[in-house]
Amino acid sequence: MAANDPTGAQSAIVTPVRDAAATAARDRAAEYLVSRHRFRWAEALPWLACIAVFFLFPDRLTFGSQVLVMVLFALSLDLILGYAGIVTLGQAAFFGIGAYTVGLGAARLGWTEPVSGLFAAFFVAALAGFISGWFLLRYRGLTLLMLTLATAIMMQEAGNLGSEFSGGYDGLPGLVFDPLLGRFEYDLYGRTNYVYALVVLAVVFYFVRRIVYSPFGQALTGIRENVRRMHAIGSPVHWRLVTVYTIAAGIAGVAGALFTQTNAYVTLTVFDFENSAKVMVMLILGGTGRLYGAFLGAAVYMIMEDYFSKLSPTFWQFGIGLLLVLAVLFARRGVLGLFEQFGAYFTKEKSKGAKP
Amino acid sequence: MRMLKWAGVAALALTVGGTAQAEKIKIGVVLPFSGANADLGHQVDKAFDLYIKLHAKDIAPHTIEIVKRDEGPPTGANAKTVATELITNDKVQILTGFVFSPSAIALAPVVTQAKVPMVIANAGTAWITNLSPYIARLSFSMWHHGYPMGAYAFDKIGCKTAALAYTDFPPGKDSTEAFKTGFEKAGGKVTESIPLGSPVQVPDFTPFFQRIKDSKPDCMYVFIPSGAHATGVTKAYGELGMRKAGIKLIGPMDLIPDNKLQDMGDAAIGTIVMGNYAVDLDNAENKAFNAAWHKEYGANSYPDFMSAAGWDTMHAIFDTIKKLNGNVTDGAKFIDAMKGWKTKSPRGDVMIDPDTRDIVQDEHAMEVIRKPDGKLGVKVLGTTKAVKDECKVLKLGRCGT
Amino acid sequence: MPQFAIIAVSILFDGLAYAMFLFITSVGLSVTMGLMGFVNLAHGAFAMAGGYIVVSLTRDLGIGFVPSLLIAAVLVGLISVVFERGLYRRLYKATDLEQVLLTIGLAFMAIATATYFYGPIPKSVPLPLWLQGDINLGFRSFPSYRAFLIVLGIALISVLWYAFERTNIGAKIRAAVDNRRMAESVGINVDLLFTLTFALGSALAALGGGLAIQLFGLSPSFAVLYLVLFLIVVAVGGLGSLKGTLLAALVIGVIDTGGKYLYAEAGGFFIYAITIVVLLIKPAGFYGRE
Repeated sequence: MAANDPTGAQSAIVTPVRDAAATAARDRAAEYLVSRHRFRWAEALPWLACIAVFFLFPDRLTFGSQVLVMVLFALSLDLILGYAGIVTLGQAAFFGIGAYTVGLGAARLGWTEPVSGLFAAFFVAALAGFISGWFLLRYRGLTLLMLTLATAIMMQEAGNLGSEFSGGYDGLPGLVFDPLLGRFEYDLYGRTNYVYALVVLAVVFYFVRRIVYSPFGQALTGIRENVRRMHAIGSPVHWRLVTVYTIAAGIAGVAGALFTQTNAYVTLTVFDFENSAKVMVMLILGGTGRLYGAFLGAAVYMIMEDYFSKLSPTFWQFGIGLLLVLAVLFARRGVLGLFEQFGAYFTKEKSKGAKP
Repeated sequence: MRMLKWAGVAALALTVGGTAQAEKIKIGVVLPFSGANADLGHQVDKAFDLYIKLHAKDIAPHTIEIVKRDEGPPTGANAKTVATELITNDKVQILTGFVFSPSAIALAPVVTQAKVPMVIANAGTAWITNLSPYIARLSFSMWHHGYPMGAYAFDKIGCKTAALAYTDFPPGKDSTEAFKTGFEKAGGKVTESIPLGSPVQVPDFTPFFQRIKDSKPDCMYVFIPSGAHATGVTKAYGELGMRKAGIKLIGPMDLIPDNKLQDMGDAAIGTIVMGNYAVDLDNAENKAFNAAWHKEYGANSYPDFMSAAGWDTMHAIFDTIKKLNGNVTDGAKFIDAMKGWKTKSPRGDVMIDPDTRDIVQDEHAMEVIRKPDGKLGVKVLGTTKAVKDECKVLKLGRCGT
Repeated sequence: MPQFAIIAVSILFDGLAYAMFLFITSVGLSVTMGLMGFVNLAHGAFAMAGGYIVVSLTRDLGIGFVPSLLIAAVLVGLISVVFERGLYRRLYKATDLEQVLLTIGLAFMAIATATYFYGPIPKSVPLPLWLQGDINLGFRSFPSYRAFLIVLGIALISVLWYAFERTNIGAKIRAAVDNRRMAESVGINVDLLFTLTFALGSALAALGGGLAIQLFGLSPSFAVLYLVLFLIVVAVGGLGSLKGTLLAALVIGVIDTGGKYLYAEAGGFFIYAITIVVLLIKPAGFYGRE
């Protein structure tokens, strides 16, 4: 009946049967929607881990700050890939723009204040994201992939042509940044850099979290899941995509700026295809569209890479490759998915136990 | 805790007193073991291992411990991270290796801050040694080969005009600049200067060389990284029949690395390079070095100029350890002790310039020939003694600071 | 002959030879992505495997270069079936991203494996005498190896064209690329077809890998080094289109060669500039379906 009579189906929606079970289900759904953005205790774990690392591995903070930079970079990709469904291989372009904003700022203009440098990097990269996004986001799939990739490589080539200015592949050596907040010098052990990167990551993470749980974030997810429907209900799809692309570009720029500042050095290799591909692999490994996937993916990838390359500087890629293959075969929703499965298993056990 | 440790050390020192104490010296080795340039890292690493194996007894009663880390891609950042951790986490006292210039450049402020000596076994951008007083270099600067080749090409090879072709990254620009400076000073004329694309992917050299062939210079000076690019250059040069067309292939020794020379075929014959090493150099040290190499790695494995630099690097480190009687905790003292170090090396006479901490070495003009035993090899056409990095002598650009 | 005509002819010749290499190596990737929507980033690893098999056959067993190419293609084709049945098959319904992760993982493992067996030093192959040297046409001489590439490329294109356009299997493949569900519902065994095309594509990649040794040398990182180039050819040509891949290879090969010849200073730009221009105008590539 319903199949031939759309009005019937519609009226069923307009006048739903108000039984107790349905109401309860709706309340649960509403409860879920309201509580989704609330802080969960599990969310504290990665941050506590980061703080613990500071005290437990004081000799390894240089590596630690590089991990945090990659987490931030992966986070920027998650915002567009995980939430808006934009697959791009050009994120390194914005990372590079941010990296060179503070690099050139320090080397050519004497702008050595680090925190304001981050803001500058955000705005320059965001501007680049806005312009390129306006043109490129009309495309999808492989086309978008290749367009973003080609754009990033063209920027690298341009940097190489102007190597007198950019420093080319030898980079901008001996960048010296002011002490952080005018007080904290950069020490050999990387303590300042680590804390600096962690604080920046936490701040950006907070904003990204706000964004994805806002109505704007919901609209993005809608676009990812069903772009036609979003068009149909009158959502300004292109505009929203450009907006999120711009924000993500800015965050990638901040990651790049942190990269330059923590290394006190930058070369054109930041624009490499490998850089874009690696961050994507990290994100997928961790799990897309859940923010903490970026966290976990970048950390797991880099820690394993570090571990394997110490084990065997020559053959470590085999280990990383195997890790990726196993992740695809046995952890379909990323490493975070594994944790979620564990979590779900325990909650189920608990609720089973609770019922008499 | 730390106080306790120091107290322990002090107590130990007291009990041992003045007698020579057996030190365990930790050396961090940073080389590209993976990625597109892994073969370069392995050429140096094999030389390190060989030297240590043969000479570990020389520094007795002291012993060394080697910690190897992957230099990774030439981003600077990766090498900086692993090398910083070698200092902070593994507590190495000496850093060595470094194939890529960006790695050394990125790390310079760190070794200055940590006061750890950094002994470079390859990275050839001229001005690296100016970046930190803790850096010494045993390999070469791009100017070592490029600059003398300029005059030699004009005077001896008979190049009145030359086209330049280089891989488009700093060593390539450095090397062609060095050649051009020497060549023009001698009276030669550079017809054109062509970038050959990225150092990572080997490009199709044919269109570039075809263009040079059509402009008919006397000589073509090519700089490429000594990995897979080198073979590609010789092949494209041979296929296009450029030698028949009267264009001579010249360059730094990176064109004909010894471990790839046998694969290059007849096309390589007649190539003239300027460089500090070839397996065919006729001196006792080189014969011993080659014999040891073949004994360790087999008859079909050849050392090349990178291995020779690696060998000398470890040699200098060992001699300095001996000189300081194993007391290498003071980085400044270590570098001081290294200044003026000299030896007869497989490359000829080498010395660390006390002023610049860069190498002073013999440069050989060499021509590729087919040897009587049917293998390819080189004939030394002439040797210039005690060549310094001309970029720093002339104080050009960054070399002057 | 006037100078500019000679230059034009040599650009066309060199560009054509380069295009043939691009076509042979990329066409398999295009068909796999077009037919199953499978993103196979391990395609370069199959090419690398082909290259190393050619090295082993010619150097260690003394087999001729051309027979070695054929043996390598067949061997890699067979090996690829094992991977397709064992691993790829599980992910046909998975997202592109998971396919990317799997195949990049495989490529990494391939690099380490090749390093283990062959070492990191780039390899080259001994060529028969008739492939060395050059062919003189009076106004200009051309390298024989490149002439060989062109002849081989044209022969392969003819065979592929015939197989795609004139045989039953070819018709089925085209049907499946156009509309997989429809093809399945009229009784075409798309799974089997895919295994076949996958094997063929990998065999061609292996052939391309063998041919590439003389051009670029062969080291373990070959597995990922030229991947971007292959992806560009596929995207510019249009997924799953033989004609498109050929046209893309020709355009990219000739313009890249011409650009390097005429404006070497900006040599790196051309290939990416073409990609951007073509894709902005024709987002699905030359012959892809919008």
